[in-house]
Amino acid sequence: MKKKYDIVIIGGGPAGLAAAISAYDHGVQDVLILEREENLGGILNQCIHNGFGLTRFKESLTGPEYAWRFIDGVRERKIETLVSTTVLSVSRDKQVTAINERDGVFTIQAKAIVLAMGCRERSKGALNVAGTRPAGLYSAGTAQKYVNMKGYLPGQKVVILGSGDIGLIMARRMTLEGAKVLAVCEIMPFSSGLKRNIAQCLDDFNIPLYLNHTITKIEGKERVTGVVISKVDENKRPIVGTQRYIECDTVLFSVGLIPENELTKSAGVPLSLKTKGAIVYQNRETLIDGIFACGNVLQVHDLVDFVSEEAETAGVGAAEYVLYGNREKDVIDCKNGQNVSYVLPQKIDRNQKGIVKLYFRVTNTFKNCVIKLKSGEKVLTERKKRIAVPGEMESFLLTEELLAAVNGEIELSLEC
Amino acid sequence: METKKLTCIECPIGCEMEVGVEDGKVVFVKGNSCPRGKMYAENEVVCPKRVLTSSIRARSGEMVSVKTDQPIEKAKIFEIMEKINRTTCDLPVKVGDIVYEKIDGKANLIATTNVGV
Ligand SMILES: Cc1cc2nc3c(=O)[nH]c(=O)nc-3n(C[C@H](O)[C@H](O)[C@H](O)COP(=O)(O)OP(=O)(O)OC[C@H]3O[C@@H](n4cnc5c(N)ncnc54)[C@H](O)[C@@H]3O)c2cc1C
Ligand code: SF4
Repeated sequence: MKKKYDIVIIGGGPAGLAAAISAYDHGVQDVLILEREENLGGILNQCIHNGFGLTRFKESLTGPEYAWRFIDGVRERKIETLVSTTVLSVSRDKQVTAINERDGVFTIQAKAIVLAMGCRERSKGALNVAGTRPAGLYSAGTAQKYVNMKGYLPGQKVVILGSGDIGLIMARRMTLEGAKVLAVCEIMPFSSGLKRNIAQCLDDFNIPLYLNHTITKIEGKERVTGVVISKVDENKRPIVGTQRYIECDTVLFSVGLIPENELTKSAGVPLSLKTKGAIVYQNRETLIDGIFACGNVLQVHDLVDFVSEEAETAGVGAAEYVLYGNREKDVIDCKNGQNVSYVLPQKIDRNQKGIVKLYFRVTNTFKNCVIKLKSGEKVLTERKKRIAVPGEMESFLLTEELLAAVNGEIELSLEC
Repeated sequence: METKKLTCIECPIGCEMEVGVEDGKVVFVKGNSCPRGKMYAENEVVCPKRVLTSSIRARSGEMVSVKTDQPIEKAKIFEIMEKINRTTCDLPVKVGDIVYEKIDGKANLIATTNVGV
């Protein structure tokens, strides 16, 4: 097998696929995608519901349909892919070590690397609850895989902890397959899921959503027999006297996603404490030259359309790195100010031309507020915002003229 | 006149809308940010419809994801699910292949993935 490639892409989900296509179209054809699973497409293969691609394709596609548009694009270009191949480590000098059944352990030298490993589900929620650890506890994503890819319903009477989108989608999916979803408990005063999913996944089927509630106990010896749910106070502590017992045989945990950055760390790429992904420039280059990151491994996206967009940016970045080498940077630091939990990219290189799309998330639900972009004390620009919620990633466009006026660093904040 | 609150499900923005209904007819829609929301609200108060997605097992055992190629009546969802659960197909199957014609009399059930190609 070939041991040298211009660009090696790790992960064949929507991010990896889009990065490969855009690098190829930007003039670098010597590209290899490495994917751990048997099939390309990433997590989209198990997201069989519709609602993907509205921004990009102006139609509502299911996850697999969306993935196939990109898999077809990779095949048309005859971009090399190695599936059932797990990357074990990545080094600073861009050596990628991987393993598969056919070739054993092998190392490939790349000129540029794109990290696109996606994210995994947090498991913490499951560990914090008192009581036994019987069968019948699943993460929502695992349940999604069982039902949609294996055709097996993990239980009949279900309680869901966490109202993230995957939990909401699974509430509907299990209901359609004949299970009874008795409650969705959300510890926060708001759902982190999209409003449309609350409407079409819960309200459509009269599934109750309990805000400010959590599971305080799991009961059952071999299999779950029930849970105790309680209301929580503003410090998220259960309120005594509000306990309620619900009989069930299954509990799904949908308590958030976390970027899968073990490989990123192995390469010594500095991570952001806020996004839990790499710190990047606007072309999605990390602080190590020639190593790029995109998709859910960089920041947890709500919508795959933006994953593809970000991956294309990274693909172009990687191609330019291969074609032109490392170029000098003129750096602006981007900071998150009041009521903003993170901004991305964290660094802007003024020598890269074009408009920069600054992504951010807010810390709470805000109404009638103003997004302000400041450099020092100077307000560069501001925009009114009717409503902002943590569950939705927001963005702000920075023009070249705006950036020209910046001195050293910028700060994005939300004021009410 | 009756007013109903609705969340538009046509796109991820999820506009909160208010719909005025009189004698079963929509007299106003408020809160939508685009024409799709108005259309959704008008249909929703008269006859709610949804695209149904699920998966079926091919004769050779592989799972194949499917959807109805147009929205079906919400009230018929469980009836259609029963039909879907009895549906199977042969491989290879491609995105868009019909696996059950006119499953509710109108909408076809189509594959949303490629398997065995
Ligand atoms: C369980 C789950 C359900 C989701 N459901 C929805 C949903 O309903 N709607 C929605 O809009 N978004 C959903 N998302 C978000 C969705 O993941 C993103 O929109 C999108 O799929 C992210 O694309 P990606 O390519 O960054 O990551 P992924 O799709 O996760 O792809 C990453 C790929 O990298 C591979 N990989 C990881 N590590 C290695 C390694 N070491 N070596 C080789 N390959 C590796 C993985 O196998 C995977 O194929 C869900 C996410 C999860 C985790
Ligand atoms: S009204 Fe338009 S913008 Fe608002 S949710 Fe519906 S489709 Fe989206």
